[in-house]
Amino acid sequence: MIRSFRALLIRDLKLAARVGGSGMMGLIFFLTIVTLMPFALGPDLNLLSRIGPAILWIAALLATLIGLDRLFQADQEDGSLDLLRLAPVPMEVVVLAKVAAHWLVTGLPLAIAAPFLGLLVALTPDAMLAMVVTLLVGTPALTFIGAIGAALTASLRRGGLILAILVLPFMIPTLIFGVSAANAALGGTVPFATPFLILVALSLIAAVVGTVGAAAALRSGES
Amino acid sequence: MIRDLANPTRFMSLSRALLPWVSGLAALLLVAGLYMVWFVAPADYQQGETVKIMYIHVPAAWLSLFFYSLMAVSALGTLVWRHPLADVSQKAAAPIGAAFTLICLVTGSLWGKPMWGTYWQWDARLTSMLVMFLIYAGILALWRAIEEPNRAARAVSILTLVGAVNVPIVKFSVDWWNTLHQPASVFRLGGPTIHPSMLVPLLVMAVAFTLVGVALHLSGMRTEILRRRVRTLTILEAERLDAQAA
Repeated sequence: MIRSFRALLIRDLKLAARVGGSGMMGLIFFLTIVTLMPFALGPDLNLLSRIGPAILWIAALLATLIGLDRLFQADQEDGSLDLLRLAPVPMEVVVLAKVAAHWLVTGLPLAIAAPFLGLLVALTPDAMLAMVVTLLVGTPALTFIGAIGAALTASLRRGGLILAILVLPFMIPTLIFGVSAANAALGGTVPFATPFLILVALSLIAAVVGTVGAAAALRSGES
Repeated sequence: MIRDLANPTRFMSLSRALLPWVSGLAALLLVAGLYMVWFVAPADYQQGETVKIMYIHVPAAWLSLFFYSLMAVSALGTLVWRHPLADVSQKAAAPIGAAFTLICLVTGSLWGKPMWGTYWQWDARLTSMLVMFLIYAGILALWRAIEEPNRAARAVSILTLVGAVNVPIVKFSVDWWNTLHQPASVFRLGGPTIHPSMLVPLLVMAVAFTLVGVALHLSGMRTEILRRRVRTLTILEAERLDAQAA
């Protein structure tokens, strides 16, 4: 089971590296959203640095949606998903491997890029560190929640928009505690650990519910 | 009883017999309830006449949770027990629950303006109810997106069960977060805290709303069964014409 997990992970990473696409697109989208914010809010650096963590979190959340619709759809279209269904590995392992690969390609770069984008909204070094840590811990939750939506809409021709409508409400708790942990690191009455530990818990819960839910959705999707 | 109803034909005949009675009773109770609300129930000493919005708002909120729970149980019925009518019940419940959620949000907002001085506040109960509405909207969108009824039902079931985490959050939000929305005053340990002169009309309205919901749900299920029969017959007819042409 470990071997098939590793094989699938490497396959998806290779596909992402050679076909290219969603990882880079997500990063560019992330940058674009952060760039748009000062145009809407005005270039007041004090204001931007105060709401910077919120801007970065919203942008990261939207950026994880990019490419999520292709998570299972590409395999559904070329038939590999049918082969995976027939394979002796449980569907949960397949989902876990695919989600892990997807997160490495799309979620991890967001966390790494966060400090550089933080410069644009005048974050302090402390806040940048907090952004990296919270995104590192929080984006897996977003990817796992998104995986349920991706599995449900895998066979739909125009699944992208409906996917966003389905999964965004479920991402609200992650957003709340991600932003409040990042803000707590900037000072304030709440200690950093309280919202941060809840964020960790949300990621762990999402990992379980997302894997089981997406696997069930993929199994039920076979026609 | 549940197993007997697995036969759609039996369900159709039973629901045809039941529906006029449920609808009639719902109409009767609704008239009685509205009469009590307008002419019998006293105005609140603090809220004045605006308290009467509550008689719509509270039952709508209860029913929005009730229909979500019904959908969640039906989703289990679809996925686990493979009950043939579970997905019909699920599909019929979604728009009704969404409508009650919307009624609850709108009436609450109208009541909030004179009482709290604002149409909207990012309070835990209000926000979780809004999320509830978004989840209902997502479920309705997914029903429409997948054409084949059985596959749509299984996909929606998974989404419904994942979304069920929000039901306890809505219910207990006023206890967990001490915010603007007033805490529960009817179903609580130690008995209701509202005066019988207001409790009785509220309960009558709640029963009336429930019956309206049940009547809508029954007729929604009947429509859905007929729609599926039409779909099957259309496919059969198309296949027959296809065979004829070939």
